[in-house]
Amino acid sequence: MKIRVENITKTYPLPKGKQFTVLKNINFTINEGDFVTILGESGCGKSTLLNILAGLLPVSSGEIWVDNKKIVGPHPSRSILFQQPNLLPWLSVEENIVFGCKLRGEVDNLRFRANQLIDIMGLSGFEKVYPHELSLGMAQRVCLARSLIGHPDVLLLDEPFASLDTFTRIHLQEELIDFWQVEKLTVIFVTHDIDEAILMGNKVILLGGHPSGIVKIFDIRMNYPRDMTSKIFFLVRTSVLKKFEEAFTDNKNLNPGEKE
Amino acid sequence: MLFLIKYFDTHLNESESVSVEKGLAYRICYGFLGTVIFIFLWTLIGYLIFTKPEYKQFSGLLPLPTIKAFYSLIFDNDFWSSVYASLRRVTVGISIAFVMGLPLGLLIGFYKKLELITYTPVQFVRMISPVSWMPVALLVFRSFESAIYFLIAISTVWPIILNTTHGVSRVNPQWINMARNQGAKNYQLLLKIIVPSSVPYILTSLRLALGVAWIVLVPAEFLGVSSGLGYIINDARDTMEYDRLMAIIIAIGIVGFILDGSIQLIQKSFPFKRTWN
Repeated sequence: MKIRVENITKTYPLPKGKQFTVLKNINFTINEGDFVTILGESGCGKSTLLNILAGLLPVSSGEIWVDNKKIVGPHPSRSILFQQPNLLPWLSVEENIVFGCKLRGEVDNLRFRANQLIDIMGLSGFEKVYPHELSLGMAQRVCLARSLIGHPDVLLLDEPFASLDTFTRIHLQEELIDFWQVEKLTVIFVTHDIDEAILMGNKVILLGGHPSGIVKIFDIRMNYPRDMTSKIFFLVRTSVLKKFEEAFTDNKNLNPGEKE
Repeated sequence: MLFLIKYFDTHLNESESVSVEKGLAYRICYGFLGTVIFIFLWTLIGYLIFTKPEYKQFSGLLPLPTIKAFYSLIFDNDFWSSVYASLRRVTVGISIAFVMGLPLGLLIGFYKKLELITYTPVQFVRMISPVSWMPVALLVFRSFESAIYFLIAISTVWPIILNTTHGVSRVNPQWINMARNQGAKNYQLLLKIIVPSSVPYILTSLRLALGVAWIVLVPAEFLGVSSGLGYIINDARDTMEYDRLMAIIIAIGIVGFILDGSIQLIQKSFPFKRTWN
């Protein structure tokens, strides 16, 4: 067992002493080498959950254990990639990629590893280019390379391809799956796109409700690469969607007055 | 004059969106037009006032004598040593302010509590006219020279502190999160993220500081020093060389303009300015 999430609750303070609960009683475990997608509607707290897993946000209650160690803050072994590329504009592509390794003083073989990743991500020839000259898709590749260069155990992705066009997205999805299968790292991938969730994950965690809890965890036992047009894909999609609809109506019936 | 504007409009308008170089020519032409209008108004008002018999002695303030005096100023060693002395004072004063203001601004921006603590005193002292420190400066410092350094430093330290603080507060929080995730320690956040991302704001602060320093400099040089542009203005007044006086005023404007322009050039030379924040 790689990651154990125990009873996570996250509340934000509101004006006048009130509190807003985003996540309530979240429990799940992730095995080493899993590709877990966290699926939920916008604003359901999935990014919050990911930031908590990264150690960038404190929890209100509950604990997270990684490799049987309780996490207390961010760590480079849990690398996070955000929705918007956040490259440093004063550094070139290459300098951005090696930024974290240089911070930590991991400079052995750095150039070789950087070149390897530049090659994999299709960034050859752009090493000396500055971020403002890159397209969104390329900038996100650079961010992905920066997340991967330090050999993280866990890769956390916060809707990383949501702002990309369809073709770039499909391409990057395939590349990520390839990389994951070769490197055997544990991936947690947040998305609001049901197709993406089923396409990528061997486990789909469906979040729903107000405050959000886990509706159901699906094990997706399809071989990679997956075909979005196949019948089995459609069946899985239908069952996930059905569960989501159920949770939505349940939630409405249970808490009719909570909408405001 | 309206005709002139119309002329420029019809001949330069189409170039507005075509290319950067043409855009530059467009701006230079309008800048030139502005200068022409300025000299025209100077001439007009000057002739209306200074050609009257009772003001005859001030006719040196008119454009023509001024330009003549300016020409002779260019070959005047006293003038150049005064420019040098003034620039030295501004440089030393701003350097003192920068060395004190930059770290202070970074710290105030970095620690929210420090911002709250320093807010009232900074805003209070900032609003005191730098010239009102003059008597204090003369009492505290033995030499006029160091009194001037003090005056320039105390008037320029505020824009440097405030703009640096503003720059720190405008750092993209995603960069901070990224660096923390990559294992950055606090001092690394400061040196690798906050300082470089504040560079444009620091340059703006220097530009503002330069503007203030150049204004404070002239009255400060009335103090008792025997060099500098403020001193030679006073000198020209005492010897009633009004054409020279006006030429020096113009020279002060030109030097200030060049200083400001060179900082703007530095600001524009950053390749990454477009994605900055």
